Amino acid sequence: MSGGPLGNPVTRADFDAIAGWVRPGAHVLDLGCGDGALLAYLTSRRKVTGYGVEIDDASVLACVKNGVNVIQGDLERGLEGFADRSFDYVILSQTLQAMKHTDRVVGEMLRVGREGIVTFPNFGYWRNRVQIALGGHMPVSDNLPYQWWDTPNVHLCTVHDFEDYCRLHGVRILERIVLAQRTPVTRLANLRGSLAVYRFEKAATLE
Amino acid sequence: MDGIQNPPRSIGHVTAQRARFSEPLPLRCGRSLADYELAFETYGTLNADCSNAVLVCHALNASHHVAGSYADDPDNVGWWDNMIGPGKPLDTERFFVIGVNNLGGCFGSTGPASPNPATGQPWGADFPLVTVEDWVDAQARLADRLGIRRFAAVMGGSLGAMQALSWTTQYPDRIGHALIIACAPNLSAQNIAFNEIARQAIITDPDFHGGHYYAHGVTPGRGLRVARMVGHVTYLSDDAMAGKFGRQLRTGSLAYSFEPEFQIESYLRHQADKFAGYFDANTYLRITKALDYFDPALAAGGDLARALAPATARFLVVSFTTDWRFSPERSREIVEALLVNRRDVTYAEIDAPHGHDAFLLDDPRYHGLVAAYFNGIAA
Repeated sequence: MSGGPLGNPVTRADFDAIAGWVRPGAHVLDLGCGDGALLAYLTSRRKVTGYGVEIDDASVLACVKNGVNVIQGDLERGLEGFADRSFDYVILSQTLQAMKHTDRVVGEMLRVGREGIVTFPNFGYWRNRVQIALGGHMPVSDNLPYQWWDTPNVHLCTVHDFEDYCRLHGVRILERIVLAQRTPVTRLANLRGSLAVYRFEKAATLE
Repeated sequence: MDGIQNPPRSIGHVTAQRARFSEPLPLRCGRSLADYELAFETYGTLNADCSNAVLVCHALNASHHVAGSYADDPDNVGWWDNMIGPGKPLDTERFFVIGVNNLGGCFGSTGPASPNPATGQPWGADFPLVTVEDWVDAQARLADRLGIRRFAAVMGGSLGAMQALSWTTQYPDRIGHALIIACAPNLSAQNIAFNEIARQAIITDPDFHGGHYYAHGVTPGRGLRVARMVGHVTYLSDDAMAGKFGRQLRTGSLAYSFEPEFQIESYLRHQADKFAGYFDANTYLRITKALDYFDPALAAGGDLARALAPATARFLVVSFTTDWRFSPERSREIVEALLVNRRDVTYAEIDAPHGHDAFLLDDPRYHGLVAAYFNGIAA
């Protein structure tokens, strides 16, 4: 279990997009960090400092082997123990769709971090639509490698769904990159893109 | 980093050493020790630039005899032998490992049973109350003596972990990594209460003689036995005791007497007898006090993060899920303080059934983690 719920780290096309956004020297918290590959990448590319959070024993061990700071804990229980606004970025890379408490984790990301970054497989990707609409089966792909009966993904969504969520939950989207086979797409992103990457912050609250 | 490693084996026969110090050691209680000895053992080889030294600090009832055994006493195996040795998580093929018996101890270092230079008689009750910080100061002097300016790592479990933690703020430039296992940033009221029960058992033993029992040729063995029983129960989890003893009877039927009937009673008495046979009551009193006093946040107005701000070491903090004496929540307090200070820290919570004692046991996840952590330490 080295790449989070999406498996193989080689397919982690979101790393470059995230590294492009993260300021050099930033303090970063990576939720569901797996073997620490993203933090190791950001440390070498952007000289970031920070920690991963993982619940899985084997992943914690892998982080130690990779020289990545990791705090063992359960994201579903929130980020108790992390102070308000103590990180520049809180990243949830390809894990959002596997969280039971979506609302709690996004809220905690914006409590602990100044900005949040999430990446998730876009369920609206045309190949997923084709597999359901024409094949009559739940989609299985590089980004969604699981069968319906063994998937950890309990909250799959589309680009449109996520943006609706942000609008309704006081989350202001700062930047978006939607990837199709590692290439950014701009037109018809919810149809053509397989992986969505967002940077966001807490929307200014009305007094 | 998963190189081909030889299978773990024992370090083999080891020899205890002693170092005498004549420069007075000022103590936190306000007194000082003019002259003292420390018993210690070393394993492995100190490298040319003295950069591969690891100090292993002991907990309540242990000693400098951390690993291996003695040629003339082969059954006396070091208390952390499963952790330390060639090919073991703390690999003596790479690291030069030091175990020290703390001041006030009863295994060779100067303590209450040692002669008081002022009287020529055992110190007894007059031996000062020493603290974790005093121990660390004494350990630093031993490091000086051995030519070690900076430890690659300082490691300990329980009270030993408190010493490792204290190293990071007392001598921040002399420690590269701190391994803080089954620790707490201070004792809870419940912890102190258990210690006080233990102390009262000893102090009210008629053979205690105000701490000067050596002169009477006796030891407060009854008190020490009860103290050990109380302590021992707190090191084990309810589940571990249920699994090991349950309600098993020694003979298969109730005897309606106060003789030990349940296996757990028999086990506790055996542990107590063994302990009272080798441990000094005055040392026990002092070590429980050192535990009670440890509270690095106190001087920082209760702010642990501020107390740990001087620390520059990298940290591995490990707790065990069923440890109710020093629970995972207490370890997380330490982690949170380090997070505030943006220190390098990894925290692992090992799901082990054994309670506080788990830090001494051979759990593959726990030992695998410590091995991986040491693999990443440049020596």
